[in-house]
Amino acid sequence: MAILEVKDLYKSFGSNHVLKGIDFELEEGKVLSVIGSSGSGKTTLLRCITSLETADKGKIKVNGNVVFDSENEHKLTKEEIKKNRLAVGLVFQSFNLFPQYTVLKNVTLACELQAKKREDYRKNKKQILEEINKNAKEILAKVGLSEKLNSYPCELSGGQQQRVSIARALAMNPDILFFDEPTSALDPELTGEILKVIKGLAAEKMTMVIVTHEMAFARDVSDHVIFMDGGIIVEQGNPEDVINNPQQERTKLFLSRFQDNN
Amino acid sequence: MFWEVTLDLLKGFGTTLEVFLLTLLGALPLGLLICFGSMSKFAPLKWIMKTLVWVIRGTPLMLQLIVVFYGPGLIAAWAQDIPNPNFIIEWIATWEVFERFVAVMIAFIINYACYFSEIYRGGIEAIPKGQYEACQVLGMSKTQTFFKVILMQVVKHIIPPMSNEIITLVKDTSLARIIAVYEIIWSAQSFIKSDGLIWPLFYTGAFYLIFNGLLTVTFGKIEKKLDYYHN
Ligand SMILES: Nc1ncnc2c1ncn2[C@@H]1O[C@H](COP(=O)(O)OP(=O)(O)OP(=O)(O)O)[C@@H](O)[C@H]1O
Ligand SMILES: [Mg+2]
Repeated sequence: MAILEVKDLYKSFGSNHVLKGIDFELEEGKVLSVIGSSGSGKTTLLRCITSLETADKGKIKVNGNVVFDSENEHKLTKEEIKKNRLAVGLVFQSFNLFPQYTVLKNVTLACELQAKKREDYRKNKKQILEEINKNAKEILAKVGLSEKLNSYPCELSGGQQQRVSIARALAMNPDILFFDEPTSALDPELTGEILKVIKGLAAEKMTMVIVTHEMAFARDVSDHVIFMDGGIIVEQGNPEDVINNPQQERTKLFLSRFQDNN
Repeated sequence: MFWEVTLDLLKGFGTTLEVFLLTLLGALPLGLLICFGSMSKFAPLKWIMKTLVWVIRGTPLMLQLIVVFYGPGLIAAWAQDIPNPNFIIEWIATWEVFERFVAVMIAFIINYACYFSEIYRGGIEAIPKGQYEACQVLGMSKTQTFFKVILMQVVKHIIPPMSNEIITLVKDTSLARIIAVYEIIWSAQSFIKSDGLIWPLFYTGAFYLIFNGLLTVTFGKIEKKLDYYHN
């Protein structure tokens, strides 16, 4: 069963039609890369799936749960919306870490607030918080930041900050993790460390959707590639086919700009 | 004579401090309300608040003091002269002037609340949208987002402009003497009339300086405490 289903999705900002019927599915444990030129609607697509924007039309299902459905009158309750939010994680291009908190606290904060809803929170508070801390430390170790638990974001390099934000998203244990150009705010020599972390997650069978301009990386890490242009999916398939042997003129034109990278 | 003057000035300074503290106590929360109002999505509320802030910031505090103190009495007198009054006019005709001190507090609190509201607004608008979005995708509620993530960053942003404004308030309290509230400058001036002494007036400067010095040190400490991070 597909863990992510997007059906005929439309989104406009005023008269600017940004998404014009997006259709795709993603299997559990697979990595999907989304490529396409600036303004083609990649960010908007991610924001619609992660409920930061509300689409105009279409249907989105995550792990069998309806996240958005323009056909069905049934309005989602607040609880359902919250639950759906937690099923997806998002790593921003600009990190958006909380500057006043340490690395560790950045990762634990949302988990702690979430844990307050548990019925046994009062009784087992200490144990629950310890568990959250332990889990956060493990995740931070995985992204190579064990040394930086008590640093503040402003004391870290861009690459380290982005790894914290990946850890923060992972700590919520999402079903799918979305990345919006996770390396474009970084100096070229720092992109490698982020790509390595993402590759590590792919090896662990984390389901991921990655918007990226790193063609070589997209080809290496993903199981499936989507090329978007003008709000539609122009071409999709396995990475070898789409990136090395595109069929559509628009895809060829777009990829010719990245020839140096290949 | 020096001690006599000092004691008298201290008494006046007591009133100065009273005006100062009560203004803070009223204007800090009222400013937050005005701020939320002026950022409201409900257009009428927003424009009423914006107009209020524009009028208050666009006219001298001294004038506002005079209006608050003399205004109600003048309007009541005008209402009393109207033939065949309806019940509203009748009610207005019963208005009395505020006590001097009350008038001072009303004018000061409204005036400073408007300035504070603009500082709050600046602080809230300085927080990048990405902070709210990060909270949202992490499943935090609006309240959690505000209290756990946004508030602390706003406080850090507004401490410097706030300390400026609060130090200005200490000096502005001297305007209260316009409607004969006996703050420190008034006390000093009375020595000119009674004893022909001008130096007590200069002496008041020391009181302001010492108090503002204390405030500056306190704000410096708070700023330093929040200096462990930057955005
Ligand atoms: N909140 C918004 N309000 C109005 N227009 C928007 C908004 N967000 C995006 N757009 C418009 O939608 C279009 C697609 O933007 P989007 O950010 O999805 O493109 P993108 O594919 O992510 O581009 P890039 O590669 O530059 O990040 C653009 O024309 C943009 O101006
Ligand atoms: Mg984008």
